[in-house]
Amino acid sequence: MERPLTEHIRKDHRPLTLREYEQTGGYQSVRKALKEMTPASIQSVVKESNLRGRGGAGFSTGLKWSFVPMDAPKPKYLIVNADEMEPGTFKDRLLLESAPHQLIEGMIVSAFALQADTSFIFLRWAYKEAARNIRFAMQEAYDAGYLGVNILGSGFDLEMHMHTGVGRYMCGEETALLNSLEGKRATPRAKPPFPQVSGLFGKPTIVNNVETLSCIPHIINKGADWFQKLSRTSDAGTKLFGVSGKVKHPGLWELPMGITMRELLEEHAGGMQAGLKFRGALPGGASTDFLVTEHLDVKMDYASIAAAGSRLGTGTMIVLDDKTSVVGFVRNLIQFFAQESCGFCTPCREGLPWIEKILRSLEAGDGEQNDLKLLDFHTKYLGPGNTFCALAPGAMEPLQSALKYFRADFEQYIAAELQTLAQGLPAERKQRLITDISKF
Amino acid sequence: MLTLEEVHEIDEAVKVVPYKKAACIEALKIVQEHRRWISDESLKEIAAHLDMSAEELDSVATFYNMIYRKPVGRHIVLLCDSISCWVMGYENIRDAVMQRLEINYGETTRDSRFTLLPNPCLGTCDHAPALMIDHDLYRDVTIDQLDDILNRYT
Repeated sequence: MERPLTEHIRKDHRPLTLREYEQTGGYQSVRKALKEMTPASIQSVVKESNLRGRGGAGFSTGLKWSFVPMDAPKPKYLIVNADEMEPGTFKDRLLLESAPHQLIEGMIVSAFALQADTSFIFLRWAYKEAARNIRFAMQEAYDAGYLGVNILGSGFDLEMHMHTGVGRYMCGEETALLNSLEGKRATPRAKPPFPQVSGLFGKPTIVNNVETLSCIPHIINKGADWFQKLSRTSDAGTKLFGVSGKVKHPGLWELPMGITMRELLEEHAGGMQAGLKFRGALPGGASTDFLVTEHLDVKMDYASIAAAGSRLGTGTMIVLDDKTSVVGFVRNLIQFFAQESCGFCTPCREGLPWIEKILRSLEAGDGEQNDLKLLDFHTKYLGPGNTFCALAPGAMEPLQSALKYFRADFEQYIAAELQTLAQGLPAERKQRLITDISKF
Repeated sequence: MLTLEEVHEIDEAVKVVPYKKAACIEALKIVQEHRRWISDESLKEIAAHLDMSAEELDSVATFYNMIYRKPVGRHIVLLCDSISCWVMGYENIRDAVMQRLEINYGETTRDSRFTLLPNPCLGTCDHAPALMIDHDLYRDVTIDQLDDILNRYT
């Protein structure tokens, strides 16, 4: 099984020096791209490869690139979204800490394909080791002539900068990221205009995920067909898959796209910890819908997971076991989204804290009959089309699917409350109260 | 007054962007690195240096989790409170840290040694629970290790 993204990562995760990286074939794609290919031919290989964005949305990378006007005057920007902050997601950290040259190589080739002259790595502040390793690798790349003016004598120039963030989930949203890079609050922008046309400082800009750009050198070296064949399904390539939660061996593995949830959970993560049963999992980070036991044989790729009612997202799965409270699990997720809402649009700013309050009151045994109706209401009114960006709709994914698959878990809190309420009532009224409620 | 060193570092950051104001987050980071937090005086000085109003800069400073607009201790303890750490029982770690430091979230110990803050996902979910102190990441944290870990910071 080929693992192009991780095969040269050392066991102790120390990054390769430039020289070591070149000995593994590193920077060959830069030579090939700059000397034998044109921006148009690189773009068409990437499009043919069927590479889809690994940051969560899964949009075709080639298609995204094709919206950049090639004749626009400079500057043009290429930005790597390395602000990994989706709860339960820990995949880009590995590539940033342990394979910085692979990312830089992918950035050079991509920038050439887009004729971008300035690039930024927007790095999560918490990734201190990644920051050190990238700074070192960037300097090596400058010294070797892979970055800067007239790269390898090709006439192509590229400057690269690193910006470490100051902590806000919103910065992962590409237009909010642009605002943050411009020194503003990280609130999302209206689209259109799309960043490809008017992005950073009003100039054409592409924002791609770390894992996406790390695939580019391999696609250029080995071709679109090879990349397609790495996968078991029609969604191309390998993917970094992770598992966290109460499994025997939580971890991160590069595996073919289209591996089943069961293989990932049982063969790689070693199954559940002793005494625990699998109840469900968010397949790709906090803002994806729960999948449950009946979905264990679903293939982990964009199309199959979407057909099962969820999203591949970041490909890092969070497992829910039978001894962990579903309501607590969802409350923790909503608490995060409520805190990280930028407050720019009303449904998200007001709705998420409201949901958090309801879930907390359920947990505390103060739930009311109307609570589940209110939760259902929110899953619709904070859903797609009702908010400015994807934060609140993303937050609704685990909630709506938990209400669908684990409704009894929510109801039991209310039922317990009813028993308490009904205490001391005459037997007949007590029965009537409980019957009325169960109809609801 | 901003020190010469701070001014120099801010001006380096300004070189990367088309206009001064765009470097304001870098400037906040730089000054915070030197002074631990951003006081009203620091804020006004940075704003004046970047040709922007203090109010505008404050709207940016207060938006971001890692810019401190209140004094903090010599070391900052950031506990991950997101989903994988929650599943793996970070709440026990939180209670034990609070008990040892005798502070709640958002508070600083009397000797100014530690400030304790909750923090969203640190991106090391296969080694939950996790915490960070200053630039150091601790993974698979157990209560037994806490004294050892905290004792490294004076």
